[in-house]
Amino acid sequence: MKLVTAVIKPHKWEDVRMALESVGVTGMTVSEVSGYGRQKGHTEVYRGAEYDVALVPKIRLEVVVGDEDVETIVSTIQTSASTGRIGDGKVWVSPLDSVLRVRTGDRDDAAI
Amino acid sequence: MDGYYAFMLIATALVLMMTVPALALFYGGMSRSKSVLNMMMMSYIAAAIVGILYVAVGWSMGWSGDVASGGTFFASPFDMLWLKDVATEGYVSVMFQMTFAIITVALISGAVADRMKFSAWVVFVPLWALLCYFPMAHMVFSCTEDSLICGRIGAQDYAGGTAVHINAGVAALVLVLLLGKRIGWPKDQMRPHNLTLTMLGAGLLWFGWYGFNVGSIVFTGTTDEENLAQFFSETGRTFANTTLATMAAILGWLLIERLMHGKATSLGAASGIVAGLVAITPAAGAVDIEGAVAIGVIAGAVCAWAVGLKYKLGYDDSLDVVGVHLVGGIVGTVLIGVFSTSDGAGGIDGLLYGGGAGSLGDQVLGVLVAVVFSGVVTAIIALAIKFTMGLRIDEEDEVEGIDLAAHGETAYDLHTGMGGGGGGKTGVLGTQPVVTEGAR
Repeated sequence: MKLVTAVIKPHKWEDVRMALESVGVTGMTVSEVSGYGRQKGHTEVYRGAEYDVALVPKIRLEVVVGDEDVETIVSTIQTSASTGRIGDGKVWVSPLDSVLRVRTGDRDDAAI
Repeated sequence: MDGYYAFMLIATALVLMMTVPALALFYGGMSRSKSVLNMMMMSYIAAAIVGILYVAVGWSMGWSGDVASGGTFFASPFDMLWLKDVATEGYVSVMFQMTFAIITVALISGAVADRMKFSAWVVFVPLWALLCYFPMAHMVFSCTEDSLICGRIGAQDYAGGTAVHINAGVAALVLVLLLGKRIGWPKDQMRPHNLTLTMLGAGLLWFGWYGFNVGSIVFTGTTDEENLAQFFSETGRTFANTTLATMAAILGWLLIERLMHGKATSLGAASGIVAGLVAITPAAGAVDIEGAVAIGVIAGAVCAWAVGLKYKLGYDDSLDVVGVHLVGGIVGTVLIGVFSTSDGAGGIDGLLYGGGAGSLGDQVLGVLVAVVFSGVVTAIIALAIKFTMGLRIDEEDEVEGIDLAAHGETAYDLHTGMGGGGGGKTGVLGTQPVVTEGAR
């Protein structure tokens, strides 16, 4: 079992969700986050005063998947989230020790 | 003159709307989300306090003398105490002047964002209205022979370039010098938290300003017929001038902004509106429409530059009361001496229309007197408060946000279900939710 976490551009979120649904992903957790990478922030000017806005708004989505689906899901996110421009985001995969479905008590692969 | 009376009722309501809610929205949007309620409350509480005080003594201090003997600085506060001997049909004039007193005091609040004790503001407001605004209104608006700025100096001020804008602008400057900078200014991010509120407020100010300027007509005729003719011609002029100057100021501000900083901003447009309205306020009756456009574009450009001065000189005039109201007020008041025409309300040709420099000199002198009077009186009041009850909130409260510290509220509940974002007593993480039995 793996946790796939992706940080993507907010306006690509609909594309990514639809692409993931088309490869069989049935659920995910999504949060509005902010951060920066190589893209850095931007500058805003108010009455002549410049402000460096370091943090850029992003969407973070988290999907719990079985080991065999990891590659499909990571590449689906990559193709659907990509604009080819700086700031497209990142995807990372981490191992999971156990998973529990709260309603039924199912464990691990049965709970995915 | 029935039409005039009906118009004045509406004009009075319009000017009150400039403070509640227009100015509160304009300033509230520019402040930070942790202090927007306090910023808006400073306007609302000013309306309540100054309004009652004006009826008590303000009207009397302004208008109780006759034309020949009204006092140089102010008239008797007691002759018309609580509107004694004022006929009820005169109340509309009282209410109209009252709304001017209210907005002048409220204008100052933009300079002291985030850090002035609410209790200190509540004490400052009536003292400043009593000792600074009521006298200045007498000196400018009563126009008795003795009154300093209108009667003795002869400076023209149609609706309050000196009494309202220079007065509030100087007071703001003095107050921020005594109050000090906000923690972290100018290094930290203190950008406006909601410019849509500011755009809305600026638009409402523009709308209300028609009451402010057009309602400031003073009749000079001896018969109703003469006055009616003056009403028709002069209100057309002041309405058009108010409109055109404001439009020109938007363009002037945006042009300077585009040249100096690369982009034309919405805050620039909102600020240009106010700068233009401020500058045309004293000149609305004196100039023709070309003069109004010239004053507007100059005011927009000069104020767009002047709001940068605080960074060079190091005073934290948070929302640019000095850069917009003091500078815009000076621009408009002084330029009357250049652009006024003899067919205008003052009947004087300015420098550009062959009237010589005499009028310009009077205007400059009027400005200087207003600056000195407001500066000295404000300094005395602010120092008295500073060394008794104190002007400033605790450092910790300032960092946490004055909304919570002074009013026990936060403006926005952006995380419904999690008890709100801003330090309230409810919340899921770390604090115990406070839920009444019924709500469970």
